[in-house]
Amino acid sequence: MRQRQLLYAAVAALSLSYPLLTASTPVYQRLGALVLLSAIGASAWNLVGGYAGQVSVGHAVFFGAGAYAALAAYSHFQLPPLAGIPLGVLIAVLIAALIGMPTLRLSGHYFSMATIAVAELVRVLVSNWDWVGGAQGISGPAVPRTFLDLSFTSALPYYYIFLAVLAAILLATWRIETSRMGFYLRAIKDSERAARSLGVAAGRYKLYAYMLSAGLTALGGSLYALMFGFVDPESGFGILISVKMLIMAALGGSGLLFGPLVGAMILVPLEEISNSLLGGKGAGLTFVVYGTIIVVIARFLPSGILAVFKSAGSVPGKPATSGRPHAA
Amino acid sequence: MSDILLQVIVSGLLIGAVYALFSSGLTLIWGMMNVINFAHGDFVMLAMYTAFLVWTAFGGGPAASVPVAAIILATIGVLSYFLLVRHIMKGPMLAQILGTFGLALLLRYSAFWYFGANFKTLPDSILGSPFVLGSIRIDAPRLLAGVVGLVVTVMLHLLLTRSALGSRMLAVSEDATAAQLMGIRPERMQAVAWALAAGSTGIAGALIATFFYTSPTVGETLAIVAFVTVAFGGFGSVPGALVAGLIIGVIEGLSAFLIGPVYKDVVVYLLFVLVLWTRPQGLMGKA
Repeated sequence: MRQRQLLYAAVAALSLSYPLLTASTPVYQRLGALVLLSAIGASAWNLVGGYAGQVSVGHAVFFGAGAYAALAAYSHFQLPPLAGIPLGVLIAVLIAALIGMPTLRLSGHYFSMATIAVAELVRVLVSNWDWVGGAQGISGPAVPRTFLDLSFTSALPYYYIFLAVLAAILLATWRIETSRMGFYLRAIKDSERAARSLGVAAGRYKLYAYMLSAGLTALGGSLYALMFGFVDPESGFGILISVKMLIMAALGGSGLLFGPLVGAMILVPLEEISNSLLGGKGAGLTFVVYGTIIVVIARFLPSGILAVFKSAGSVPGKPATSGRPHAA
Repeated sequence: MSDILLQVIVSGLLIGAVYALFSSGLTLIWGMMNVINFAHGDFVMLAMYTAFLVWTAFGGGPAASVPVAAIILATIGVLSYFLLVRHIMKGPMLAQILGTFGLALLLRYSAFWYFGANFKTLPDSILGSPFVLGSIRIDAPRLLAGVVGLVVTVMLHLLLTRSALGSRMLAVSEDATAAQLMGIRPERMQAVAWALAAGSTGIAGALIATFFYTSPTVGETLAIVAFVTVAFGGFGSVPGALVAGLIIGVIEGLSAFLIGPVYKDVVVYLLFVLVLWTRPQGLMGKA
């Protein structure tokens, strides 16, 4: 147990000091911020996709809702984008309830396909909705008016904002994981029928996980909008947004607390590097690499990278059944 | 007015038959082994590029490109089965989704990298002048695609229900272990299913390429059409896919005509969600 605490302390110290260590190379600071931003989305996805085992392929709906709400607050009401975040989160939670109530009754694949269809539906609708800029998308403030616009040229402030949000999400996830709800979700994931027969209100808990996940994903979308100051239907609601969340979580280890972060730490630098190495033509090749990696994970590491460590080196002196059962 | 409406309905039925053809591949794989192939639309995309290559390299029309695409895609299907699907189908659902989704990305962006993002189109005149019947005008490529789509879908259904091979496949889908005891090799039958499914996307794609633009991301839209068709018709049912494909083709055409072309996808997606909501087993699926 002591070793684990030391490890956590080292990780915390490293993540807090990372921007200072890389102060001379802004590119790395930016990369760090991007990793954290992706980890926020993937960790939010993990709540419903990993812990509850309901594989959503349409989380872009919530991401886009958050991003658009933040920028709409600016472009229509001249408010700081920050002010749109609560609205975006609220909309996302409502959409999740609306999608979730009918579709979470369905088993596995049906839910996945329903979420894809809803995401595409929303993408097409937003592309044709002039109030939010149609296919052109909307922008945030070009120059920061006040500090509240949270528009910085350096990636450093974003890094710490994202780190704080990610830490909060992981803390909340950890609390859920060890709570009654966490046990219920894992029971549902293992066998919904068995969980129901033991009195778990499966539908209700799946819906809670989905709504919570949606709200946090919207928060991630708003943060994206803060940093980039621009969103269009493809970067907000595109299917790749949903897919990336899923892939990062699955690569690191879905249903594991740090799985999504590990996945983001691998995939985001990979994407950035291949984009910069391959230049304009690289966009296609990046996703070829992406696709290959995903196929290889699915084929050889179906439970993710962290699951390998988990089964190989469980903490000595701690029986596997106490506290947290395996989430794989 | 009614002439135009009739025209819209006939065009809808023709495109619907093509939807039915490539959707029956998806439904077949689902019925055989409970796997959803998220790369299905990208198989169609590859077939469309194959048709394009056959045209640019040899000047060959559909008579050449349909068989070529069918063979190439069937091979890709069998390879996907042996290299990937066979290993992931017994794993967790997330691994299944990831595996075929990864394959989709791989194919889609390989095409993007190789062919570029620009739309490719075959010449309009590839099959000669439009076909006129009374007050209806139908472009020859659409007519050919619709008729071939219908015929091949029906043939696929007959193959699955009336032949010894079909019975062996049915046996494997019902109980692979019992089938094995009867001397049927499950893996071989599942590989045949992938060959048939991907081969049908090959035929469909080569036909679609004669009247529709080809781009790396066209598979995404077509995949969703296939999901809708399969969910509507019932998972695992080829006749269901045929009926659903025809209905969806007509609904698409009518909504493009009555509401506006942009909203035809919206109507189809809404229909999909409604079907999943109210009747998840579909028109002809098993409950």
